[in-house]
This record gives sequence, C-alpha cells and structure tokens, in this order.
Amino acid sequence: MKLSKNFTNPLAANNPVIVQILGICSALAVTVKLEPAFVMGLSVTFVTAFSNLVMSLMRNGVPSRIRIIVQLVVIATLVIVVDQFLRAFMYDVSKQLSVYVGLIITNCIVMGRVEAFALGNKPWDSFVDGVANGLGYAFILVLVAFFRELFGSGTLFGFDVIARFGYVNNSLMLFPPMALIIVGVIIWVHRSINKDLQEK
Amino acid sequence: MGLRNIVDKIKPTFSEGGKLGFLHSTFEGFETFLFVPNTTTQRGSHVRDCNDIKRVMIVVVLALIPAMLVGMYNVGYQAGITEIFPAFWFGFLKALPTIIVSYVTGLAIEFAFAQKRKHEINEGFLVTGLLIPLVMPVTVPLWIVALSTAFAVVIGKEVFGGTGMNVFNPALLARAFAFFAYTPQMSGEAVWYADAKTGATALEQLGSTGEMQWSVMDAFIGLIPGSLGETSTAAILLGAVILLFTGVASWRIMLSVFVGGLAFAYLFDAVGMTEYPAYYHLLVGGFAFGAVFMATDPVTSAQTNCGKWIYGFMVGALAILIRVVNPAYPEGMMLSILFMNALAPLIDYFVVERNVARRKKLIKNVK
Repeated sequence: MKLSKNFTNPLAANNPVIVQILGICSALAVTVKLEPAFVMGLSVTFVTAFSNLVMSLMRNGVPSRIRIIVQLVVIATLVIVVDQFLRAFMYDVSKQLSVYVGLIITNCIVMGRVEAFALGNKPWDSFVDGVANGLGYAFILVLVAFFRELFGSGTLFGFDVIARFGYVNNSLMLFPPMALIIVGVIIWVHRSINKDLQEK
Repeated sequence: MGLRNIVDKIKPTFSEGGKLGFLHSTFEGFETFLFVPNTTTQRGSHVRDCNDIKRVMIVVVLALIPAMLVGMYNVGYQAGITEIFPAFWFGFLKALPTIIVSYVTGLAIEFAFAQKRKHEINEGFLVTGLLIPLVMPVTVPLWIVALSTAFAVVIGKEVFGGTGMNVFNPALLARAFAFFAYTPQMSGEAVWYADAKTGATALEQLGSTGEMQWSVMDAFIGLIPGSLGETSTAAILLGAVILLFTGVASWRIMLSVFVGGLAFAYLFDAVGMTEYPAYYHLLVGGFAFGAVFMATDPVTSAQTNCGKWIYGFMVGALAILIRVVNPAYPEGMMLSILFMNALAPLIDYFVVERNVARRKKLIKNVK
C-alpha cells in the first residue's frame, strides 16, 4: 500500500470511529468539552503510533501463541507513560479524563491496529498507520466535542463564544446520549458523501 | 369545478421533467389534500376496510380536540379569568402560536425530506404536530417548540425512514428533548401559568408534600395547572371514547395501562410510600393523556395482542414507579412510554416465539 494512502485512508474513508465503529465508549465519555477531547485524541494517537512501531519491530521474534500478552504489555506500558505525563504536566485535564486515560488499554482501535496491521508490515508503515488511525479517532472526538461544548456550554476551549449573545445552553448536549446522536449524525453525513459505504 | 381545473392546469409544471419537477412531492401532497386521488392500484390490492392513514389521523385529531379546548379554557382560568368565553379566548391566543410553530416546523422538515427522497408526503405529522403543543407548558418559548419539533422529526422519525418506521413516539421525543435540554423552561414552579402567577403543578405538589390544593373534581375536569392538553381527565376520556368507538386505538393497551398504573399505585399506597389516594395518579399529570393518546400509538407500541397487554401494563406500572420512587422526575409517564417503546419489539419477538414453540409442540403431539 502506498504511504500517502496509508495515511489518508484512516482519516476519512476508513475512519476507525465512524466506519469501523470502534472506540465509541470514550467518544461518548470525554467529549463534553473540547480540551479533554483534544488531549484524549493526542494520547490515543501516541499510543497507537508507538504500539504499532514497537510491535512491528518485534513481529518476527514474538511467537504467535503469546502475541496477545506481549501486545498488552507494550500497550499498557505506553498508556502508563501517557498517564504519568498528563498527571505531571496537565493535571486539570488528567482529572477531567479520570479513568479514561487508563482505559486506552481497552480501546479497540489500539489492539485492532496492532493485530491487523503492525504484525504484518514494516516498522515505518506501521508507525504511519498508527498515527493516522489515532488522528482519525482524534478528529471525530474533537468534532463531537466542538458541537457539544458550543451548544451545551456556549464556549469553545473555555472561551465564551455564543453565550454572550443571549444563547440559552442546551443541557441535553452535556448528557452522553447526545454524543451518541452526534456520532450518528456524523456517520449519516459521511455515508451520504461516500456512497460506496452504504449497505444495500 | 374551478379548483380542479387550476390543479390540472399546473400539474405538468410539477410532474417529472417539468420546470418545477423537484417540487413533485409537495404538489402531490397538496393535490391529495384537496381531492381524493383517482389513481387505482396497479397490482393486487389488499383492502381490509375503508380506513386509510389520512382517516385514522383525522380521527385522532378529532379525539384530541376536547382536551385541547378544555386546556385552552383552563389557561385563562388559571390566569384568573372566571367567565367562560374570555378565559377560553385568552388561552386560545396563548396556545395558538405554539400550535402554529409546531406544525410549520414539522411539516417543513417532512416536506423537505419527502422531496429529497422522492417519497409521497405522509399524513403522520398531522397528529404529532398537535400532540407536541398539548404536552408542553403553554408558557414555553416558541424557539424551544421549534427546536424540539425539529429534533423529534429528524432524529426520531426521518433517520429511521419516515412515518411508520419510527422507534419512539415523535411527540414524546420532542417533549423529552425539551425537558432534558431546557429543564428550567419546561418544569418547576414558574412555567405553568400564562401570567405573573407562579406555583407548582398538582403532580409536583403531590410529589413534594403528599397533598394538593385542588379538589378531586377540579383535577377531573381539568382546572389545575399543567401542560395544555393533559389537565382535563374528563375531556381525555371523551377522546378515548372516540378512539375506541372508531377502533383507531387499541383498547387492550389503554385498559392495561390503567390497570398497570392502578395496580402499582395501590401497591405503593399499601406499603405506605404515598400519602394520597392511589386514584389521584390517574387524575393529575400526564397519566391519562399518555395512556389514551401516546401509549396507543400503533407504530411504536407492541403489535401482538398478548404483547399489547404486557406493553400497556408495563407502561402504567413504570410510570407510577418513576413518579413515586424517583423524586427527580415527578412525571413518569413520558419516560415510561419512551422506555417501553424501545422494548416493544422485544416483547413482540418473545410473544411470537412462544406461539411458534407452542404450535410446534402441538404438531409433535398430533404425530
């Protein structure tokens, strides 16, 4: 596969969240505000990229029977690194994300990419694939959080945007069901653009 | 007839290939609104009776009118106007904008979707458009009505494929949206009166203090604060008679909702969790309105006869359960109906499966 295609594919046509429907749980949980969604997206990108890289480097040395355990060790190590980093340098955001940073371990996108891509491809390709899938996830998270923060709190990144014009906050936007509906609407729009994704 | 000629004359403009061909569905909607279509079925037809969607919908609208009229009078009465006609006129002027906004928003979206999908325009919104203003406080800001109507029609109905495909009752979805998104404008003490007076509804009073300031008769006739259509149990019963007499609504569902509600109300009364008579539940809040007009929605309720009993009983029981046990939601009817809407297909599935299993056993025994 060509490298550029390898990079752009997960961003739109094969997006992990809205096409493969992976990582939905955290997309519902951390998208009330833009800032945590943004940080969460970057954290997942870091984990997918480096877990893919490390597993790709080790792919010929790991016996197939124990590969899941090895993957888990690698992913868990990376998640702990991210968690400690956030606690040290972005304590407030780390508080807001609470358990969801630790739960990156269980994010299906991470292990899915390792299993589906990194175990059969060269390190650099795998790294690019990890970055692209992480960014595809981050993009949807930021998009959902944009609508939820804008209409739920009237702010963007905490700055007052439309509340000053007398906007009445829509508190349903702050509840998780609305995140699910927004993800659904994004999927709807995406599929009406990419007609080949529509099921017959 | 003059009108017929005009319609025939402009018809080619709106037909396939005409100048305004993209407005085909809108034209057809208006044409069938004005005249009975004279087209006949091309393949085999399946005539059961003379009812079609249009007639069913009009019957429901007719059944809603008593509740609406008493509700309008009640708005004036609550504002302190004692004479009948001025009170009604006051309420009419308060309620009319909400009704217009709900119809205009909903129909505009329905028309747009029908146009885009090249469908015919469906009559389903005629009832929903009237139900939405009836389940909201009369003081609700018009933009909330418009927004919740739009949400209900797009997310509740069109994404599933339009009229007849929806999982949830659109009117209740509109109310749920408004309730959760704009709680201060939808509930509490300030919203039930059309003038400066404030106070809790009978239901909220019952929930917080265990008694209400109105008599049972007031609650039955509908002279208590509440959403436009829900206050008058008497007028709702009149609507129920119309629905049952014409066979539009299922008597199984209606009856079992009341049975389920009363059963749980007496249960809670017996264990001492409520301090007021159990039948109060049927008179205050949206219980009667929901039982007659919302739970019986043929699209979102259970389809099998046995399933209807289960569905109705659960709606009534859950409504009382939420009312009594959860102080955060004094009105349980909306949540219980929406919840059972989601479970209705599951109930039907098990009823059908059981029937299949029973018949298989029968065949085995015969052999």
